[in-house]
Amino acid sequence: MAKVKGDIIIDIEKCKGCELCAAACPQESLELSRKLNSKGYHYIVKIEDNCTGCINCALVCPEGIIKVYRKTEKRMDPVATLTNVTGDLTVTVNS
Amino acid sequence: MKELKLMKGNEALAEAAIRAGCDGYFGYPITPQSEVLEYLAEHAAKRTGMVVLQAESEVAAINMIYGASGAGKRVMTSSSSPGISLMQEGISYIACAELPCLLVNVVRGGPGLGTIQPSQGDYFQAVKGGGHGDYKLIVLAPSTVQEMVDHVKLGFELAFKWRNPTMILADGALGQMMEKVELFPQQPRITDVPEWATVGKPKNRERNIITSLHMQAEAMEEINNNLQKKYKAIAEEEIRFEMIGCDDADVVLVAFGLVARICTKVVDLAREKGIKVGVFRPITVSPYPYEALNTLANNVKGILTVEMNAGQMVEDVRLAVEGKVPVEFLGRMGGVIPSPEEILHKLEEKFVGVLA
Amino acid sequence: MNEKRMLGEDHYEQVIAEESICTNENLVYEKPETLTDTPMHYCPGCGHGVAHRLIAEAIAELDIQDKTVGVAPVGCSVFAYNYFNIDMTEAAHGRASAVATGIKRVLPDKYVFSYQGDGDLAAIGTGETIHTCNRGENILIVFINNGIYGMTGGQMAPTTLVGMKSTTTPFGREVAVMGNPLRITELIAQLPGVYYCTRVAVNTPANVRRAKKAIVNGFKYQELKKGLSFVEVVSNCPSNWKMTPLESNKWMEENMFPFYPLGDLKVPGKEK
Repeated sequence: MAKVKGDIIIDIEKCKGCELCAAACPQESLELSRKLNSKGYHYIVKIEDNCTGCINCALVCPEGIIKVYRKTEKRMDPVATLTNVTGDLTVTVNS
Repeated sequence: MKELKLMKGNEALAEAAIRAGCDGYFGYPITPQSEVLEYLAEHAAKRTGMVVLQAESEVAAINMIYGASGAGKRVMTSSSSPGISLMQEGISYIACAELPCLLVNVVRGGPGLGTIQPSQGDYFQAVKGGGHGDYKLIVLAPSTVQEMVDHVKLGFELAFKWRNPTMILADGALGQMMEKVELFPQQPRITDVPEWATVGKPKNRERNIITSLHMQAEAMEEINNNLQKKYKAIAEEEIRFEMIGCDDADVVLVAFGLVARICTKVVDLAREKGIKVGVFRPITVSPYPYEALNTLANNVKGILTVEMNAGQMVEDVRLAVEGKVPVEFLGRMGGVIPSPEEILHKLEEKFVGVLA
Repeated sequence: MNEKRMLGEDHYEQVIAEESICTNENLVYEKPETLTDTPMHYCPGCGHGVAHRLIAEAIAELDIQDKTVGVAPVGCSVFAYNYFNIDMTEAAHGRASAVATGIKRVLPDKYVFSYQGDGDLAAIGTGETIHTCNRGENILIVFINNGIYGMTGGQMAPTTLVGMKSTTTPFGREVAVMGNPLRITELIAQLPGVYYCTRVAVNTPANVRRAKKAIVNGFKYQELKKGLSFVEVVSNCPSNWKMTPLESNKWMEENMFPFYPLGDLKVPGKEK
């Protein structure tokens, strides 16, 4: 089973706080900051660490300022359980 | 060997366009110059692969010119007065973006829909700008069918030399009349791409942008300053004019285009009567030969400007002469061509003391 | 914690958590290089930005930057040439398709597109639009329809809906006075010169994906030399509709989409 982890980087200086990305985020992990950038806009921040890297936010972002990253971490499931082994044993697993 | 042909002005001009290696013509039919489009449609594509497109309007045609000249190609359009009026917005854009192209105005009588007969009523429009903003065209005024040919070649050369729209300011008679012309040999179409042309941005250069929009007032003034500098340089290098019988003339007729030829006839008629008359003919009416005319004014006693309009170029003549001698005017309008006799009559009437 | 991360000194998220996956090998989406880094002048939430990006993505993916010439209109997207990292010409109001015609006719093997708003394409430039389409010029026209004049401050457009308020229809567009909104895309789809005609939107991720596909088609079809591709993007204008970006998208879905339904109007090989 693979676990997908995503993350985004927002160029907050160019963000105009339109919130279209927040509406498009299925994980509801984006929100307007209370702070302002130098242009005077409240900008978008990621408030949850549950991003899946689905790129929806970046697709609808009018400014094109969201970079999306995604990593699929493979978790190793046991292929065999060996108990009470004595002596030499070689196990090979084809990936 | 010389290639001589008897040709109609409009057709000679179109033939010259093909021979000058023109890449594209975009135009809309209007009398008295529709033969240009017709001739090109028949002959151009098969001979040189030149693009010939009948646009849906003069407005579309001039904007096709804007696009195609921005792509670095040798392109032209032609029209007559009302059509040229419709093109003025586009011409202003082209002038500001400093794009080379050839415009031809086979002028007819105006204002409004006017007549289809020859006129010079678009002089102001051609030489003073015409559209919005401070810009100038290079304007050539042919007086023969031969010059309808020669000015096409010259017009393209000047347009590319200065990256400036160049206009041939003809009239309905020049477009329609037939004369013997000597044609220059076929020139190849240009293949090299000007560095400023929008043809697709390769990795190794910045993108090319053709625009006339500059939101900062200072930036726009800078653009204007550069344009004015260019117009000054053009005026220093490109003024062309012709003087006929001016060496010993007491009175000089100043006229451009077709009217200058009529005035040449007046010279003969007058000299038969013992009156020493000459003709000063600006070939470039923009830039205007102010200095040459000013110098000429030192040696004559009077000037009669003759035009097929209500008195347009005469303002430039007066600017040039600076009041040194009286400048009189004879104009016919609406498509009427002045006769040599009436010009001579006016000459005698106005300069009775001088000629005595 | 995240809030702190967003406030790096150079205004860009630099402070990346140790377990960060934000490395080049994990990068799955960023704006294409065919879009410049110039911040766009559009209002917050405006559809122009997405439409620009999709065109730029199409050019990047098809690897045709060195063969593409764009034409910008007059309207809000008059500065489009500041954002596309390609050769561009800025046309007079309404004349973009004529300018594109001129370019394409002398450079028949290049990819040429015009980008025009509703006032530009469907009011002052209607003649050029229809004749360019009718001649079947092998170009792509991207038509942004937000039912209003944005740049001049919210006046009625040819596409303004009946009853819709604008600064020149302060009591709502009245058919008896101003006629009906013009569905120019339906008009254009009838013309044999048009090879591909579709209407898309950029309000949701799914719509953005469809719009992207349409724009890519519009470039690819130019290679076939079979006619013009026309992509209408139904869009919003939060500022002049006097709504928040989210409200404007909702209003667009509820009011614009019923009158300007999304979908293909003409697909090659499939006459409707």
